Formats: sequence, C-alpha cells, structure tokens
Amino acid sequence: MLEIENLVTEFATRDGVVRAVNGVSLQIGKGEILGVVGESGSGKSVLGYSILGLVDPPGRIASGSVRLDGRQLAGMPDEDMRHIRGKRIAMVFQDPMMTLNPVLSIETQMVETVLAHEGISRKLAIERSIEALNLVGIASPERRLKQYPHEFSGGMRQRVAIAIALLHRPEVVIADEPTTALDVTVQGQILYEMQRLVRESGAALIWITHDLSVVAGLADRVAVMYAGRIVEQGTTQEVLYAPRHPYTRGLLDSVPANNEGSARLRQIPGMTPSLARLPEGCAFRERCSHADAKCFSMPEMTNRVRCHHPLC
Amino acid sequence: MLALDKVSKCFFKRLDAVEKLARKLGANVSEHAVHAVDGVSFEVGQGEVVGLVGESGCGKSTVGRLACGLLEPSEGTVRYKGADIRGIPVRAVQMIFQDPFASLNPRMRIEDIVGEAPLVHGLVSKKEIESYSCELLQQVGLDPSYRRRYPHQFSGGQRARIGIARALAVKPEFLVCDEAVAALDVSIQAQVLNLFMDLRERLGLTYLFISHDLGVVRHLARRVVVMYLGRVVEIAPAAELYAAPNHPYTQALLAEVPRLDKKRRVFAPIKGEIPSPLAPPSGCHFHPRCPHAMERCVHEVPALREVAPGRVSACHLNG
Repeated sequence: MLEIENLVTEFATRDGVVRAVNGVSLQIGKGEILGVVGESGSGKSVLGYSILGLVDPPGRIASGSVRLDGRQLAGMPDEDMRHIRGKRIAMVFQDPMMTLNPVLSIETQMVETVLAHEGISRKLAIERSIEALNLVGIASPERRLKQYPHEFSGGMRQRVAIAIALLHRPEVVIADEPTTALDVTVQGQILYEMQRLVRESGAALIWITHDLSVVAGLADRVAVMYAGRIVEQGTTQEVLYAPRHPYTRGLLDSVPANNEGSARLRQIPGMTPSLARLPEGCAFRERCSHADAKCFSMPEMTNRVRCHHPLC
Repeated sequence: MLALDKVSKCFFKRLDAVEKLARKLGANVSEHAVHAVDGVSFEVGQGEVVGLVGESGCGKSTVGRLACGLLEPSEGTVRYKGADIRGIPVRAVQMIFQDPFASLNPRMRIEDIVGEAPLVHGLVSKKEIESYSCELLQQVGLDPSYRRRYPHQFSGGQRARIGIARALAVKPEFLVCDEAVAALDVSIQAQVLNLFMDLRERLGLTYLFISHDLGVVRHLARRVVVMYLGRVVEIAPAAELYAAPNHPYTQALLAEVPRLDKKRRVFAPIKGEIPSPLAPPSGCHFHPRCPHAMERCVHEVPALREVAPGRVSACHLNG
C-alpha cells in the first residue's frame, strides 16, 4: 500500500550536504506493523517526516519516491498533500505536547481536526471526538473534552494525541517513539491500545523506536537503520533471533533485560558517526569487529542485509 | 552504610493571595499536604547496589534527594555511617541526575563543571586542577582534550559521562543515581551501565540506583526496593524478585518490561495510572488497580512483613 523507493532526504548545513535518509526502500501493506529501529541520528525520524512531506528547508527530498496506493507523494504540491496528511496518513510524535496546543481545550483541537477534512456539523464533530477518546481508553470523554492539555498526565496526553491521529481512520499511522517518555506500565497500555486499534481498523503502522525490545512483541517486520541507510530488514522473528548484521547483533546485546544477572553488557564500542563525516564505505566499519579491507566499499542490500560479512 | 528509618516527606502547597484572603474572611481553606514519601525504611550496606523502582510520581526521586541530604525529612531519620544527616549534604554522598541536558550549566566549560567542586572543598589546589580534571574525564571514558568545550558540543551519552565525572570529582563513597540512563539510547545506555559497574569495582563505590525500568535495575542491583505512591511495597534480593515477585504491583511491573523473548503477544496491561498523591486511595494504595483486591484492602494499610529470609512485602494476600 505504502511504497518507498530509494528515498534520499538531504539537509544543507555549514559542513556541507548531509544525507539524513540515504536511499531507503520500504513497503508496508494493509494491517501490517513495521518496526523501524535505530539510534539517535540514524535518520529514522526524518524518514517519518519525509513520508508525510514535513521536511522543511534547509532540508529537502532530493530523490526517490513515496507512493500511497500508487500515487506519488514526494514532491506533491502542499495544497494536495494537506488532504492526505492527517486524513490518509497520520503521525504520533514522541512528545504529545508537540501535537497539542497548551492554550486550547481538547475539544477545540479535536473538532478543528475533524472539520479540516470533513464538512460536517460541529455537533457531529464533537460526537466523533468523543468516540475517538473512548477508543483509546479515556474515561468520561465528555468531561475530558472540555479540559486543557495540562490537566492530563503524560500517558493520557499521549492517548489524546493518538485519538487525534486516528480521528479520520487513516490508512497509515507513523508513530515516532510515542512511548519513550512514558513509564513501563503506561507504555504497556499504549502498546496494547495501538496494537488493538491497528488490528481492528486494518491500518498500516510504522513504529519508530531505538529499543528493539519494544518492537519484539508488536511488529510483523523490522527494519534496522544506521547512518541513514537500512542495514537489515526482515520479519521480526528473523531480525531478533537470527540477526545477520553485526550492528543488529550489537543492539540486541545492549538490551539489559536480554542479559541475565550482573554481567557486563556487551556494548557496541564508540558512537554513531556524525552524518557530515561518515567513514568511507560501510558506515559501521569503525565500530565493527568483523571489518576488513572489503568494508571500504559500500555493501549492497543482499539477502535482507547490507554487509560484506553477514552473520549466520 | 546508609540507613533510612521511617522517613516521611511532606510537601505543602502554599496558599495563594486569594486563598489567604478567603481564609481571613472565614472560608474553610487550608494548605494541601502531599505525602511524597510515607514511612520508608531500608538500608544500603557498604559496597552494595540497591535498586529503587517505581512509576513516575511514586516518590522515588524524593527518596533519592533525602538520601543525599538535599531535602530534610519531615519525619524519621536518614543516617550515613551512623550520623544523622538532617538535610545537610554530605560530600561522600553524591547524586547523578536524570537529564544530561538540564543538569549541566550550558555556560561553563567541562573542566570547570568537573573541577569546581573539588576546588571549593580544597581537595586539590589551583595548580593541580587541570591534571585532576583530565584524570577524571579519562576515568569516565572521555578524551581529556575536550575539556575546554561546552556541554552543547557533546552528545547525550557524553553528557551523562560528564555528570558522572562531576559526581566523582569530590571522591564520593556513595552515589545516588536518579534515572541516570533513562534519557539515553539503548546502545549508549549499555555503555554507561558498564561504566557504572567498572567504577564500582575500581573505586569500591556503593550505589542507590533509582529507575522506572526493572530491566536496567536487574542488571546492576543486588537488592531491589519497590515503591508505590510514597510507600515501600516490596524489598527483595534481585534474583528472587525477578524469579518470583510477591506483591501484585511488582508482578504487574515485571510483566510490562518489554523483552526480546516475548514473541508476538497481546499486551494485557494493568489498568489505570498511578493515582494523584494529593488524594491517595484508602487502605492499600494499590487496591483500585489490583486484580486481587478484597474488602480488607480498602480499609486496612498492609504492613511490610517478612515473606522469606531477607524479603519483605506489604500485601494482605500474605496473611
């Protein structure tokens, strides 16, 4: 349904042009959940913004295509994009206060969202909003609708943000680390709600996160991003239990709950390289224990992994 | 080494001008009291790593601040090596804060951030300060040639290391880590957790490790204290707690930890959120969310009782 091909998103900076997303290809079908995993600076959030056409100058989509049911979204005029954004593709951000306006009541914000895409009466719009709040598990929605964002807890705010994203029953939902700032118990609740809503509505969900253990119980397929490129892609089963890229292996070893007792965690040495000064060839080369002379050339994506020395 | 004995901390919401006026005119307005911490007792032995776990708003950070003397308890005592610390910070007890962005002064160079405190305490002379801060930066795995830079020039993981170097600068024996790795990516988190373990071995440090993430705590702590809405609900050796949690709240928390070995599953979360400490539920604070709640839980506060050697839990289910 959503097809991304060779997408390149560039930012012009003082240090030259930086490619935050560098030739990413992905497909996601109806009712499917795709986990996009990567560290800060791997380009996973910019990928989300690029799909929605939210990349502002100095950034731009330099090449590649984003197709929704065959219709090209990359480079679409703003006016047309506005009919798709929020209606057919919606996004949930990490910080719900980025979505919610602190000085407007929840009702004003939800009704505004409904009326932006549909010419219905205000009364109907309020009914739709109440229904959406019910859907994400907010108790007494009629009363909550009159309140302001500061009267909600962090988890509740995120639920409101999700309710707003789901108002128009979008076909694709992009969730950018929506549970990172929340407690584990609330994270569990949000994961549960999202999973249920996606299964019920048949929407496609792209879940962006830095934590592989979050997507383990959620996603059908996982794509691992490093320095703007997808380095490994496969079913959750394959990526988590038989990782082929040394970077994926490193990420899995870093999860504390995955290690028993108080042994040292097997960490990945060093840190994500700056996109402005990427090493030549494979970007992971300098942190990789398998690297050799071959790695000075960029490996191609073969058999779901982009590596000269795949594991397994 | 550090002992908290029935420590409580109350915060008061002061009356604003209108409320004061209303009271003068005879209205029934009084100050709101929030029991952030309610009768918490536990000990941390020399060289031990104790994990303190709970959701946001359960009072775990307040306990951390009480433990290092940043706050004075309303009731009870906090003793460090037998001496009552009464809200007076002790040099030997240092704190590492959660947010590596907010806890460093953006206008100070790294060498000043790290070097200021030991200079004030007279641990090193002005002449030695440069080599001393270099040594500290090296100890936490930062290149000393970065010492003239400002905090904004560092990544989140590097800033966490700077915060650790700052705490180590005054030669502490006891570190209170308040969500010290919560803001970091999983891969960077692993590096910082390893650093904590190395430092403990090298310098013989004792930790009180505060976190909402049971997975992280499991990795470091020998003993775990679980808090809910200001009260301790369970204290147990880490291995036993993770193998067989006793309190229903601990069970629920453990069930929510995302794990890699959990395959596609339906998430079945505990209901609701932590209630407001302004109006805590009666009896056992956990009863509105507890699947095993009974009549008794609504009226009676369960006491902490021993369920196994070295293991206490506050639940009526234990008889």
